[in-house]
Amino acid sequence: MSVSDTMNAPATAARDAEARAGEAGRDERSVTSAVVTIARPAQELYEFWRDFPNLARVMENIDSIETPDRNRSIWTVKAPGGRTVQWESVVTADEPGRLIAWQSVEGAEIRNSGRIEFHDVPGRGTVVRAVIAYDPPGGMLAQLAAKLFQREPALQARRDLRRFKQFMETGEISTSARTRAEATDLPTAA
Amino acid sequence: MRALTWHGKHDVRMETVDDPEIINPRDAIIKVTSTAICGSDLHLYDGFIPTMKSGDILGHEFMGEVVETGSGSTLKKGQRVVVPFVIACGSCYFCTKHQYSCCDNSNPADNQDISEFGYGNRMSGLFGYSHMTGGYAGGQAEYVRVPYSDVGPIVVPDGVDDDKVLFLSDILPTGWMAAENADIEPGDTVAVWGCGPVGLFAIQSAMLMGANRIIAIDHFPHRLELAAKFGAETINFNDVKVYDALMEMTGGIGPDAVIDSVGLEAHGLFVDNVVDQIKVSTFLGTDRIHALRQVILACRKGGRVSVPAVYGGFVDKFPMGAFMEKGLTMKTGQTHVQHYTPALLNAIIEDKIDTTFLISHRLPLENAPDGYKLFHDHQNETTKIVLKPGMEKIQVEMPA
Repeated sequence: MSVSDTMNAPATAARDAEARAGEAGRDERSVTSAVVTIARPAQELYEFWRDFPNLARVMENIDSIETPDRNRSIWTVKAPGGRTVQWESVVTADEPGRLIAWQSVEGAEIRNSGRIEFHDVPGRGTVVRAVIAYDPPGGMLAQLAAKLFQREPALQARRDLRRFKQFMETGEISTSARTRAEATDLPTAA
Repeated sequence: MRALTWHGKHDVRMETVDDPEIINPRDAIIKVTSTAICGSDLHLYDGFIPTMKSGDILGHEFMGEVVETGSGSTLKKGQRVVVPFVIACGSCYFCTKHQYSCCDNSNPADNQDISEFGYGNRMSGLFGYSHMTGGYAGGQAEYVRVPYSDVGPIVVPDGVDDDKVLFLSDILPTGWMAAENADIEPGDTVAVWGCGPVGLFAIQSAMLMGANRIIAIDHFPHRLELAAKFGAETINFNDVKVYDALMEMTGGIGPDAVIDSVGLEAHGLFVDNVVDQIKVSTFLGTDRIHALRQVILACRKGGRVSVPAVYGGFVDKFPMGAFMEKGLTMKTGQTHVQHYTPALLNAIIEDKIDTTFLISHRLPLENAPDGYKLFHDHQNETTKIVLKPGMEKIQVEMPA
């Protein structure tokens, strides 16, 4: 009996690694999810996300996001130890106002795929759920190192979604920095 | 600028630090004209609060003049404002319900992990109160960067003294919400444990809300005297058994509503993941919810329990049986300051509420470390200390 037969909790919340990998549709090493409710309409959130370079405004470790065309994007991301990793991603599903899915192309440094769903919830706005599956570079050891640098994907996904929510609800990203020099990590810092 | 910084247990110092700057569009910079030391600052002073870092600027009760604004701020240079201790974005689900202290967004994304882990949900940002609540620099300083300045600060008309309105930042709305959470009905008897600033303002508020009798409980004679001035009957728990006295005073029924404004000294904001602190918190928790237990046992059947006092961790031997069997209701929470400030400012201007009686000391900000020692060591005489930036340091005499 599979997990989904016995309860309604999403597979990413399940303890069963097979169910988690199944959610991603691929045999990935690691699957993570994050969810947040944003008090804005689904269409508006979808449109912001679908224009991938926008994500550099809410995601913390982005070096650059380039889009050779509407369905392709080249991501350069800061990694532990001062290096960067790069991959090209292609959109595999696109339902305006509801869903965007992507997958890295052959030869990516970090093989990854993911999807972001936008669910209208009357009176609350939109439930946004991201599911990301990836092969950590250098295997589990690198993942452990990444965790030490607080760049472990589950943590990063959760924090990035919170910043997405802050930006869409308030127009800015909260920081407790006292000076602009202290706010260097803020994606939208002046 | 000059600022009061935390360096560890009983170690706070005046230091020169960089001036704050506008970072986000909705920010404003406030030049502080008055700032107070809160009872809850003493937890930081005593080193009970985890996620503090050396050099953190303290202070969450402050007001001042707007000197700089971001492009999204609605404030204007030169305006005098009181700043709520709760930072709130004004646009999330909770803010639109006026549950400002539940704001989803004001705590920076990275800091939200701490409270999400410890409490199951992320907490709002607060000024000058550890990194779990955002790590924001506080108001015991010459200048403060105020985020979301279009939502929090309330503009004070000229001609109304700082002393009259400063406590809109925290303790006055906190006392008011404590009384509101007691759902007072005409004819009610309300018992208030703890006659510190919050308890005293709760008494004042409960009177305005139509309580018939208020019974104040403390052991500092001076604080009980202040409660009596507002028309409260008093119980000194050093002299009598509180439960027995309350039963006799209420014909064996118990008070209709009870307010716990004691917890502050005994409890801090403890989180699971700080291993050393949790040992402390469970130990304290076992020892120090005496007041809350008394509150629940004394409350009449079907009565209301309001808890403005700060609890942070776990409590032991909570009388769940009495709470359930008597059918009590409890309301609590950090204060939704922004919800209360407009009406309370009007009440102050119309002289319906006076807060100045509370101030026992006015000191230069430069004497802030003396102020902490005074407030910590001499609670009977020291009801509230207001600090003034820009004044020369003086010699402070400690009471014998």
